[in-house]
This record gives sequence, C-alpha cells and structure tokens, in this order.
Amino acid sequence: MKKCDKVISVKDLTKKFGNFTAVDHITFDVQKGEIFGFLGANGAGKTTAMKMLCGLSRPSSGSATVANYDISTQGEEVKRHIGYMSQKFSLYEGLRVDENIKLFSTIYGMTDDMIKSASDRLYKSLNMEGMKKTLVKDLPVGWKQKLAFAVSTIHNPEVVFLDEPTGGVDPVTRRKFWELIYKASEEGMTVFVTTHYLDEAEYCNRVSIMVDGKISALDSPKALKEKFNVATMDEVFRIVAKDAIRED
Amino acid sequence: MKIRILKALLCKEIALMRRNPIIPKMIVAMPLMVMLVLPLVANLDVRNVGVTIVDNDRSQLSRRIIYDIQMATSLTVTKVCDTHNEAMLTVENGKADVILTIPPDYSKLLLSGGSKVDIEANGVNATKGMLGANYVAQSVAGTLKQWREEMGVDLTPETEKVSVLNKYNPTLNFRNYMIPALMVVLLIIICGFVPTLNLVNEKETGTIEAMNVTPVSRFIFVLSKLIPFWVVGLFVITVGMLIGRLVYGLTPHGNILAIYCATILFSLVMSGLGVAIANNSSTMLQSIFVMFAFIMVFQLMSGLFTPIRSMPEWAQCVTYAIPPRYYIEIMRSIYLKGTPVSELWQPYTILFIFAVSFSIIAAMTYKKQS
Repeated sequence: MKKCDKVISVKDLTKKFGNFTAVDHITFDVQKGEIFGFLGANGAGKTTAMKMLCGLSRPSSGSATVANYDISTQGEEVKRHIGYMSQKFSLYEGLRVDENIKLFSTIYGMTDDMIKSASDRLYKSLNMEGMKKTLVKDLPVGWKQKLAFAVSTIHNPEVVFLDEPTGGVDPVTRRKFWELIYKASEEGMTVFVTTHYLDEAEYCNRVSIMVDGKISALDSPKALKEKFNVATMDEVFRIVAKDAIRED
Repeated sequence: MKIRILKALLCKEIALMRRNPIIPKMIVAMPLMVMLVLPLVANLDVRNVGVTIVDNDRSQLSRRIIYDIQMATSLTVTKVCDTHNEAMLTVENGKADVILTIPPDYSKLLLSGGSKVDIEANGVNATKGMLGANYVAQSVAGTLKQWREEMGVDLTPETEKVSVLNKYNPTLNFRNYMIPALMVVLLIIICGFVPTLNLVNEKETGTIEAMNVTPVSRFIFVLSKLIPFWVVGLFVITVGMLIGRLVYGLTPHGNILAIYCATILFSLVMSGLGVAIANNSSTMLQSIFVMFAFIMVFQLMSGLFTPIRSMPEWAQCVTYAIPPRYYIEIMRSIYLKGTPVSELWQPYTILFIFAVSFSIIAAMTYKKQS
C-alpha cells in the first residue's frame, strides 16, 4: 500500500442543515485497496458524510476527492467510479434478479457481452444461478443484501461505499457478507463501510470513529486498542463515544 | 449509448407497472367505468321539470294548455291547484319547479284584447329554474298558436316565425358534448396522478437513491418516467373512443390521428406536471394534495363543463395558462365538427409548447444531489 495511492481524500468537509452541523470539518484519507471502517453512534453524521462523498449531498464547505474527482464540481464523474449500497435496501423489489442487474449495469455503460460475463460471475460467486428469474422481493433478507452488494460493484468501481450493509442480518450471513468484502478488497477495490457491529470493525484495515459530527479517533484497530489499552474495539468505541451529546 | 440506457429504464418502468397489483387494473377499469356510466349520469340537460298549475280559468283552452304541458318531453304536471298558496307548497316541498297561473276568464280575455299567464320558477337550481320556465313558456305559446289558428286568428306575423337548426350536435344532446370532455378528465387524472405517485414511491422506498448515485443523466431518467404515459394516454383515449362509438354511437368526425397526436402532447403535459410535483414532494400525501389542487383548477377552468366565454373576463385570461383548455378545444372541434388540423394549428402549437416546457421543468426540478 503506497502512500500516494489515495482513493479518497477529505479536507474540512462540512455539512450544515440550518443551524445544525451534521458533519463538522472532517479530514482524512483512504488508501487504495483499503477496508476503511467508518464508525459512530446513531446521528453522529456517518451517513451524511458518506452521501457527500457519493455525490448525493452537496457539502456546505470543505473539499474532497474520490477516485481523483472533486465531489463538488465533478459529482457525475465520481458516480461513474464508485458503487454505493444504501442503508435502506434499494434494488427494485418488483424486478427480477436478472432485470436489476441488467438495469444497473446498462446505466454504467456496460455492453451486453460485459453484462453477460459479469452477471455469470456474480451468479456463480453468490450461488444464485437458480434465482435469476426470482423477483427480488421474494428473496430472503440475507440474499438481498448480498445481491445489493454485488449489483453495487458490478461495474468494478474503484471505491464501494457500504452504509450499514449488515443491519438486520444473521451472524452467519454477516460472516459471508464480509467474505465478499474481503474478496472485493483483494481484487483492489477500496471499501468504505459504516457499521454498528464492532466485531466487524476488527476486520477493517483502519477505522475512524465519529462523535457529534467530528472524527474523534482514526487508526488501525490494533493501534486504537493499544492506545486506549483495552482488548476489544467495543471498549474503544465506548471510551471514544462516551462524551457524545447527540442522540438519535 | 444514451438510447440503450433509456431503453433499459423504460423496460424497468414497464415491468414495474405491469407487475403492480393495482395500476394496470385501474388504467383499464377507470376508462371503462367512466365512459360507461358518466355520460348517462353527468348530464346538464334539464328534464322532468315539475309544473304546478293554478287554473283559474277552467276553460277548454286551459285544459289544453295543461294537456300539452303534460305531453311535453321535459315537463311533468305535478298538480293542478285552485289557489296559489297550494301551488307554492308543491314548490316548497320540492315536488315542483315551476308554477303556471292561468288567470280567470283567460280564454275570453285573450280573444277580446289580451291577457297574460304567470310563470314563476324556483331559482335555487338556477339552470333548472331558467330552462324550466322557458320550456313552460314555449309550451304555452305553442298551444296558443295552434288554438288561434283553429279559431282563425293568426296574430303572429310571418316574419317572426323562426326555425332553429342546431349544427354539429343536431339533437342538442349534452352527451355528445360530454364524451370528449370525459376522455380529457380521464387523461388528466391518470396521466397526472400515476407518474406522480410512481416517482414519490421511488423516493419513499429509497430506490431513487440507488439511481441518483449512478451516472444516469437526469433528462434520460425523467424521460423514462414520461414516455410510458404516451402509451397509457393513447390507450385511454382509444378505449374512450371505442365506447363512444359502440355504446353511444358517437364517432369522431375528424382525423383520429390528429386526436392521437394531441393526446400524446397532452399526456406529456400532465405527466411532466406530475413529475415536477413529485420532485418537490417527499411523501405521497404531499404530492396527492398538490396534484388535487391543480386538477381542480384544470377541470373547472378549462371549459370542460362550463363554457369559457361565460366566465368573467379576468378568468378567461387565466384560462389561457391552463393546458387542458387547448386539448379540449382540439378534442371537441375534431370530434363534433371534424375540423381539419390546419385550422387548429394554434391550439396544437400552444399544447406543444406546454408539453416541451413541462418536460423541461420536470427534468430541471429533478435533483440528483440534495
């Protein structure tokens, strides 16, 4: 991992809603191929920050580049090079699995041949060959999450943003989901993930902890545990987030 | 490339619409219901006017007047009374709309010098009162004319005899006026509401976010929301025309292609408006409420039910800004008069301008970034 390979570079990024500062001058970098954990209590501003990086929300001040494109001026270019999986399941429930894949990959400008080989690979890796023609609303939650991840990375983006991807998913499926994340990361994709499960934070190369719109801690899980002299990320989180004022 | 993306988005819209448990049924059932039932019900023709007669004359002539009223198509004799008070009672309890008072010795006075009958109408329902009184007056005049001819005195000079010929709707059937209007109502409702609810639904379920995070151009995305309603609009109009023909025997006198062309433009106007409203609403409730406000004005101020020329002047000016006004004008002209398109270039042009600008507004108000 070279220092110069910054995929995400954030400087003083701020988002205000009226008098409320949801994200307050955050600054950090994410390296290529890294799994970057973005932790924080409810209402700390994680989703808002992520939405700014994805070009869904306009920053109030500060700047950031994602995949070398400026999020303020080149929003649409950023979108071409990222994948995003929202907190809310957001594939079309009324479309079949193959129809969802076709729709999103066409939007990313993939040709029919590319779509075919990408979706064959996807079905195989997810073991979904028998479900191509199933309506997405009829899939179990775990499958839906895996499919949403696969669709958000179908165009092989440089960065994928995952907003609480494993919310409401059982431990076994969670484990499998993280295997997908590792695989993507091994293939060189940068993964930017928010989560409330602190065991998942241990899987990340580095984590940041947001408290009341600011980043209060940022390092590898190992370094953070050493710094606070505790055994688990859970304890790290408790110590860092204990002064949080905001509540959901 | 862009065409491919548009095609993929259209496939998505069509698949979702087709699989929706309610929308396709509504698109079929609503035109059927409206076209089969409403032309029979929504009728401004005044029929069954109840007439109470105070007959103070009790002559052969007065009995003839009563008989002729009884025979007239739109009039019914509710009661023949002796006193005016008694007659008023029938109006007050809603049984009669018009009172005809025949004065004592009417037939004698009429021959010697002249006398007048008295017609009073209940004005609570202004149209019914006015027309009812008119019908009674006509009926009485008819009886008198005949009676005079029989008696050998024709007092009406030849020049005053008028013969009326109603063009384009020869039987003055209100239904013929309403059928094109009802199709417009259907289009306003279906092509206005469905795209609005469709887009707000994407906001509520969160799928819009998945779209906004892709590089899809907002013009293409909005187009994919508008185009399906050309098809829906054409379908609705086709159903309307078929029922108009099969059930009511009303066939368009003009070019059907011209009707379809205007329909595409108008469905674009309505769905563009719908998308623009959806862009500015975050919940279905909000969007429905706003859409209703527009639909109210569109229906009542566009000349659908009440002629624009009888509106106050300021309101007539406002109607120029109401797109359905032009569509209705085109529909009625082609349907009832068979007007050629060349004479309707003005409403077509204006409708076209509205269609383009509403589509642009729909695309401009669609924000991929908040």
